[in-house]
Amino acid sequence: MFSVLKERVGEILLPGDEFCCGPQDTLPLTDSGKAGRLVAGPGLRRSGDRLLVSRSGVLRHKEPNKFWIESQQRRYVPAKGETVIGIVTTKSGDVFKVDIGGSELASLSFLAFEGATKRNRPNVQVGDLLLAQLVVANKDMEPELVCIDGSGRANGMGVLGTGGLLIKVSLGLVRRLLAPRSDLRADLEQLFPCELTVGMNGRVWVRAGAVQQTLVLANLLQSCDAMTAAQRQQLFRRLQQGAF
Amino acid sequence: MAAESVKLSKNLLRMKFMQRGLDAETKKQLEEDEKRIISDEHWYLDLPELKAKENLIIEEKSLVPCEDLIYGRMSFKGFNPEVEKLMVLLNPKDEKEEEEEDMGCMQTDITDEDMALRYESLVGTMKKKFAKKRERAAMDEDEVNQNVVVKNSKKKAFLKPQD
Repeated sequence: MFSVLKERVGEILLPGDEFCCGPQDTLPLTDSGKAGRLVAGPGLRRSGDRLLVSRSGVLRHKEPNKFWIESQQRRYVPAKGETVIGIVTTKSGDVFKVDIGGSELASLSFLAFEGATKRNRPNVQVGDLLLAQLVVANKDMEPELVCIDGSGRANGMGVLGTGGLLIKVSLGLVRRLLAPRSDLRADLEQLFPCELTVGMNGRVWVRAGAVQQTLVLANLLQSCDAMTAAQRQQLFRRLQQGAF
Repeated sequence: MAAESVKLSKNLLRMKFMQRGLDAETKKQLEEDEKRIISDEHWYLDLPELKAKENLIIEEKSLVPCEDLIYGRMSFKGFNPEVEKLMVLLNPKDEKEEEEEDMGCMQTDITDEDMALRYESLVGTMKKKFAKKRERAAMDEDEVNQNVVVKNSKKKAFLKPQD
């Protein structure tokens, strides 16, 4: 199955395609001599011994054993461990209900902030923007968020400040912005001093020195979604000549 | 006033206050006996043991490990220095960047010569701090005498006022 999958990397797969693990199939051995495990990323599902495709898109591979389907999407499905930007909708007792763009509101306990105790409550109001990490996210339960990491530090999570703008983009643009070697980020770096917070749920919060610059940045990101690299370079060049 | 010891019932012996005097071994024995009695009464299925099949496929719902996505907050051209610090801390370091950092560290360190010069003056000042008052006065006088000697070497003659 491994070899079959490797052959089809880069091809378009449709939901319903399946890969069976035949009796003579052997997975490549890892260094310790044990059989390597296949990691099925988003878009691939395991059903017993078989691997099923559940989304249409291009099959991608990463050494040594990760496979996933790359597809266009705007709707976010909560997954554990991702950092998302949420909007606080209600405050009920000890729990905030946060909208993260999924099918349900996520809950965030008020103790899950850095330095929060029962007496020392965090300063979070309804309508605030938060950067938080998903701790529980599956199709059977309500998603749960926290604003601290395992050791109790905030690491940049928590309430996002004032003076910025929140925009909704497709998940593909989020992936392109957060890729390790991203052309888009390199281009943005050349423009003007600004700050960007990208949530995996397709929400981006931008802030720059002046309101005009913030608006320019927001419009830029939304239009970059649907442009090719050449068009984008052209747009950036025009902007730089416009001189901010 | 029975001649032999009173025969205590099993239930009484099982009570907590009677168990405190026993050793650990006898306690364990009693526990095991109890467990055996219970397990005989319980029903169980007479099936062979099923081994859980080792799954060769792991499901991963998030894209972050697949594509190695970096940390969500970023700041350009020094707009938010705290976020820039976080970026350096939380993003996976490249190998090339690490090498450059090492070279950079060497340049900001002071050279050996500067270090030696600094130590020369440092030793003097530290010595003065811990010296007793009279010794300190003697040291100051020496310095002053040296300075005075330098100054007095050039004696000025009296200038007559011109009419």
